Amino acid sequence: MLVVVACLVAATLGFVSYAPNRLLSGAAIGVVPAMRLAASPGPAAVFGVTGLVLLASPFLPRRAAWEWAVILAAGGCAAAVLWLAGSYAEGMAAEGPAVARTSLGAACWVLLACTLLLAGDAAARLRLGPAGTLLAAAAIAGPATAVIAAGAVDQLSLAKEYANQRDIFFDAVVRHGEIVVAALLPTVLAGIPLGVATHRRRALRSVLFPVLNIIQTIPSIALFGLLMAPLSGLADALPWLAGLGISGIGMAPAVVALVLYSLLPVVRNTVAGLAGVPAPVREAALGMGMTPGQVFWRIDAPLALPVLLSGVRITAVQAVGLAAVAALIGAGGLGAIMFRGLFANALDLVLLGAIPVILLAVLVDLLMRLLIALTTRRGA
Amino acid sequence: MTSPRQALHLPGPLAWLVVAFIALTLGMPALRPVFAALFPYLDRPVYVQESFVSLVLAHLELVAVSSGAAVVVGVLAGIFVTRPAGAAFRGVLDTVVAMGQTFPPVAVLALAVPALGFGEPPALIALFLYGLLPVMQNTIVGLADVPEAAREAAAGLGMRRMQVLWQVELPLAAGVILAGIRTSVIINLGTAAIASTVGSKTLGSPIILGLSGGNTAYVLQGAILLGLLAVILDLGFARLARALPRRPS
Repeated sequence: MLVVVACLVAATLGFVSYAPNRLLSGAAIGVVPAMRLAASPGPAAVFGVTGLVLLASPFLPRRAAWEWAVILAAGGCAAAVLWLAGSYAEGMAAEGPAVARTSLGAACWVLLACTLLLAGDAAARLRLGPAGTLLAAAAIAGPATAVIAAGAVDQLSLAKEYANQRDIFFDAVVRHGEIVVAALLPTVLAGIPLGVATHRRRALRSVLFPVLNIIQTIPSIALFGLLMAPLSGLADALPWLAGLGISGIGMAPAVVALVLYSLLPVVRNTVAGLAGVPAPVREAALGMGMTPGQVFWRIDAPLALPVLLSGVRITAVQAVGLAAVAALIGAGGLGAIMFRGLFANALDLVLLGAIPVILLAVLVDLLMRLLIALTTRRGA
Repeated sequence: MTSPRQALHLPGPLAWLVVAFIALTLGMPALRPVFAALFPYLDRPVYVQESFVSLVLAHLELVAVSSGAAVVVGVLAGIFVTRPAGAAFRGVLDTVVAMGQTFPPVAVLALAVPALGFGEPPALIALFLYGLLPVMQNTIVGLADVPEAAREAAAGLGMRRMQVLWQVELPLAAGVILAGIRTSVIINLGTAAIASTVGSKTLGSPIILGLSGGNTAYVLQGAILLGLLAVILDLGFARLARALPRRPS
């Protein structure tokens, strides 16, 4: 118990030592001047109150109620940081020239990261079930979402960039999702039977795993590149394939590469899940007169499901990131916005692409974890 | 699960791949007729902006520096939080590792640019930070998995704490730590290639240039070398892991 309290002290010390904050925008502005120049005193007040709770968090008794208080305070604090920055931007926009842009500075990001870390730590200690996890996630992300939705940050450069790119942005998000889903469906449909077959035939295992392993080893950008030439050759040779949208660049090589990458975790975890079914359980089922088919569907499948799903989770999170790289071969998606920003040295554009990719990955991770928790509870 | 065992019994694959890699790196310009035949519509079928040797060296340097730093810091951090003095930090580190690995490496690389500007520093720092996570995770897991009995036996033999760490705990955890280093290096190798988009010179450069300029030959040249390099490093790590003393279990 003391250990955990001390661990929070450590987190909090780090948190405070970042305190000489700057809201960077060409010229760096400290957090205190930012409060003074902000359009309204609201965010500073919220920031102060929630910040105090977070500072006090290591000294609070370790009760569930206090952990929840920390989570709520962290959510509020993150929102207040954004609100403060937005409010400052508003104040500056009212005085300064219309083209002036205020962007979030390093301290802002550090503060956000620290609040999330404190919240994550508190949530980890609560050992939440599925419903609790969802509630905690809502408590952490809710206030910030509300602040953004209310338009409190509209004067920040990132929000302006978003407003300029709104249509492109939504198309990119949809496209990103399409790539991920288009890759995951065949992976799961092919990976699970492949895993079952591999589990039953050991010979297959010694061939399949090294091959999949080598594919996973090859860097994504190289795999995309290696698939380009054969696919474009294929499309040239068989025009009807090109008619289906198969070509060297675009979604086809992206989806093919993603499927190849994603197979390993799914197959490996299917095998591991099936191997983890205790032999006595299967024998008991057979003894009760179940047919092998029944044993598979009623015993093996439900017991192996959580392990299998955690393979799908790894794959899905990985696919979100790989889909961003796929923008380089013209597959579109959020990566396209990100790389356009990198090539054009437009930093807000980079953020507009990269931050949603991270959020998407975290969201997918969270949802898959919930699903795994639900299936485990039922199976246990 | 990671070692393609039967392949490694042969002396061949790794050595042959290294030979092929070196030959391709040095001899890419000599393959000009091949690429010209494959891609007759390209004016410049071979990437000549920089020599492939310099690209390979720059790429390896980027990975070596970032992963090297990540290994040193990651292993030290992992050792620290598994000691009584650092146990307080364990929870925070676990949270960082779990959260951080959800972040796609590309996004981390892209975020380093607004924070640090273009060129080598953001790539190095992003690769370092990202490479840190698997090393820390596996060091913590590896050390935590050392059986308490082994530790007590060593202490009972009169070993001092540092001796227990060096002669008992680290050797027992070496396999798991090495697996973390392998993950870190392989991820960094791939992410370093993407770092060409933020201004680093790597094997990704011909790929990116080829993609943006519609030159499939450039893409292929960069991709083949990069893929070979990754497989070579992976097999090298597998061999290294087999060379470690077997953990009694």
